[in-house]
Amino acid sequence: MTNKSVTRRGVLKSGAVAGTGLALPTIFTASSAAAYTNEPTGSSVVLGFNVPQTGPYAEEGNDELLAQQLAVEHLNGEGDGGCMNTFSSKALKGNGILGKKVEFVTGDTQTKSDAARASAKSMIEKDGAIMINGGSSSGVAVAVQGLCQEAGVIFMAGLTHANDTTGKDKKANGFRHFFNAYMSGAALAPVLAAEMGKERRAYHLTADYNWGWTQEESIVASTEALGWETVNTVKTPLASTDFSSYIAPVLNSGADVLVLNHYGGNMVNSLTNAIQFGLLDKVANGKDFKIVVPLYSELMAAGAGENIKGVLGSMNWNWQLQDEGTKAFVKSFGEKYGKPPSNSAQTCYAQTLLYADAVERAGTFNPCGVAEALEDFEFDGLGNGPTWYRGADHQCFKDVLVVRGNENPTNAYDTLEIVEITPRAQVEYDPEHPMFAGGELGKCNSGA
Amino acid sequence: MLGLNKKDTSLLIVVALLTMLAPFILNPFPEGSAMAQFNAGYPDLMQRFVIFGIFAIGFNILFGLTGYLSFGHAAFLGVGSYSAVWMFKLLSYNVVPAIALSVVVAGLFSLLIGFVSLRRSGIYFSILTLAFAQMSFALAYSVLSNPKFNLTNGETGLQVYADDPQILQGANAPDLPHLFGLPMRSTYTMDLGAWSFDFNAGYYLCAVVLMVVFYLAIRIFRSPFGMMLRAVKSNQQRMNYTGLNSKPYMLAAFVISGMYAGLAGGLMAAMDPLAGAERMQWTASGEVVLMTILGGTGTLIGPVLGAGFIKYFENIFSKINDNVLHSWFSFLPDGLEDAVVFVIHPFIGKGWHLTLGILFMLVVIYLPGGLVEGGQRLRGWFRRKKKGADDAPSGKTEPAE
Repeated sequence: MTNKSVTRRGVLKSGAVAGTGLALPTIFTASSAAAYTNEPTGSSVVLGFNVPQTGPYAEEGNDELLAQQLAVEHLNGEGDGGCMNTFSSKALKGNGILGKKVEFVTGDTQTKSDAARASAKSMIEKDGAIMINGGSSSGVAVAVQGLCQEAGVIFMAGLTHANDTTGKDKKANGFRHFFNAYMSGAALAPVLAAEMGKERRAYHLTADYNWGWTQEESIVASTEALGWETVNTVKTPLASTDFSSYIAPVLNSGADVLVLNHYGGNMVNSLTNAIQFGLLDKVANGKDFKIVVPLYSELMAAGAGENIKGVLGSMNWNWQLQDEGTKAFVKSFGEKYGKPPSNSAQTCYAQTLLYADAVERAGTFNPCGVAEALEDFEFDGLGNGPTWYRGADHQCFKDVLVVRGNENPTNAYDTLEIVEITPRAQVEYDPEHPMFAGGELGKCNSGA
Repeated sequence: MLGLNKKDTSLLIVVALLTMLAPFILNPFPEGSAMAQFNAGYPDLMQRFVIFGIFAIGFNILFGLTGYLSFGHAAFLGVGSYSAVWMFKLLSYNVVPAIALSVVVAGLFSLLIGFVSLRRSGIYFSILTLAFAQMSFALAYSVLSNPKFNLTNGETGLQVYADDPQILQGANAPDLPHLFGLPMRSTYTMDLGAWSFDFNAGYYLCAVVLMVVFYLAIRIFRSPFGMMLRAVKSNQQRMNYTGLNSKPYMLAAFVISGMYAGLAGGLMAAMDPLAGAERMQWTASGEVVLMTILGGTGTLIGPVLGAGFIKYFENIFSKINDNVLHSWFSFLPDGLEDAVVFVIHPFIGKGWHLTLGILFMLVVIYLPGGLVEGGQRLRGWFRRKKKGADDAPSGKTEPAE
């Protein structure tokens, strides 16, 4: 069986194998000629749209994808131009970006950090994507943002609400247009005080992961600043589908407000459970019992149906806003797809235009030039009024909406009504705020 | 060569050639052509092929040889990844200590879980391992990531921050995983006419590791120890009645396969310095079972093929969207083009699970031995064809082999 004798052929063979093995690493030392990662050399440029197409946030992902496709159309001068007509910066001409036709590739994040990174990597390595946009979860956003920083491309985050994305996990190559948990708290608190009074006792149910914690922290801080008392904060496992056992103790805790720091399917289930227990009909401490859902989305509202009537929450953007940018986007989206866009769709659309505009203004696709053009950029006309892309942490500052589940919806998309548009000044914070401290932007990486 | 018989040596050489020439083999279509969509020769996917190949080889040592179906192997992969990233955070970005620790930690972890789970066999063993893996997932996802004791960084995934100690990180060392200064990310792109081939340092590290562990797996398969494990598969009770205590063998097999998984996890972190809890989820454990069955349980090369097959579908098919389809079928008349796209649509993009599921069913029904059996049948078919021309059957019964 074993052949131990040394033959001339055997020596030659193993020598050749060993030689190839030793020589291999030397070919890696050659440096590449491109000035930065995926420098577009042809007549077109590739953008990567990385959204959840399967898993719990698939619906949001598909809505994002529709908006991204619309943005590409508008950039290439097709369709009615949408927000390009209302955008305050006029650098975009409808001939692509820097004269190059915009093409795109899509990928599925599966709402898993690993899968999202794999899909973003394949877009960067295989398809030559120069920018990654989209996503519907903070964990994924942070993971992909880290990858883009290492690879030397720009990341334009989609829906990500945790403070960490532009807090302790912020990166020089990553930009967030969406609002965050701190802003939700700052916008909601005054409305809550006005509607429910300053002497309330709140009970929190929180999805047990990073986003849930940062949101709970933000809401607790801003409501306690008003004079509210926090009775208890309970973490619920992310995979829960039945929250009855978490709702039951709320009744006897002496609380008169329930705050649900849940998102997506979690929120739909916990809210439904709370309504089934008749919480909203109860009177505690002499006051009507109330429920608050700090982060809303249209798709969740549709999922929860009747149950959201009268429940307060906050949003980044809503299609019912009346500014010119919103109207142009809703018109163009509605005409193409026959429904109003969700706020995650809007954020991805705006991010794609913002990126393209920054490239035009910088005159280069080089991520460092683009980042510089985006930093401290003031603009208007993409919805939400005047907006500021802060350079210190790459977070957008704009008005935040406080919304309420519509008591008498007139159609399937009219599930939420805008209670208040909280002005930008009220939700601004210092980049070194304790909830955001601990991270470093670092230097921009162009991959060269 | 190397203590292997001729057949195994040639198998090892085939694997070596396949892994070393993968950049060429996986990029058969010129860049820019319509078929370039099917090219898989980019660094990330090649690394994944090899890493999941290692994972599946290890799983096959347990499942293929002993027949014990572990439904929690992803836990060891996850533990390996976390230990590797912790090494990056504490020591330096050099991948050697990271990979070494990931193997050790995964080995210890599997010793613990194996010791408990192996008290039962069959379905009870599977459920026990599944339970342990889900427990690890839950621990990593929320329990061990609370702000007071943050071991795993939860949903976000463990990653290296600028303020981590990294006590051995030299001043000039690259700021990303590297092997004694050679960054894992560095890629040399060779342009040959319309073709373009990527040679990635990280991939070749994984490929060399794969060859080493593949060689080890061959040795285990052919050793008396491997024979003992096969005996467990065929009849463990009889083995116990003959007075042999099979438990130490089982535990050894379990730990070895756990270490393989840990190695895969460590390599994954070395290629991409982030460890997410999803790596431990039961779907990830199920994936490696699928890989092994799809490729061919109990065969040496099968799991590697199965791993490549599944990863190819996950990464290539999921990226075909309607736009791509329209560009392929643009030569058809408009109405027909839309019809064709409409028919194919459910099977691509987000429907890649469906396509994979159908193929998996076809393989399990028609090729119970997996892809390896498919290959053997093909080879047999060709041989018979060639033989049929020059020698007619001799008419008398001949012993097989």
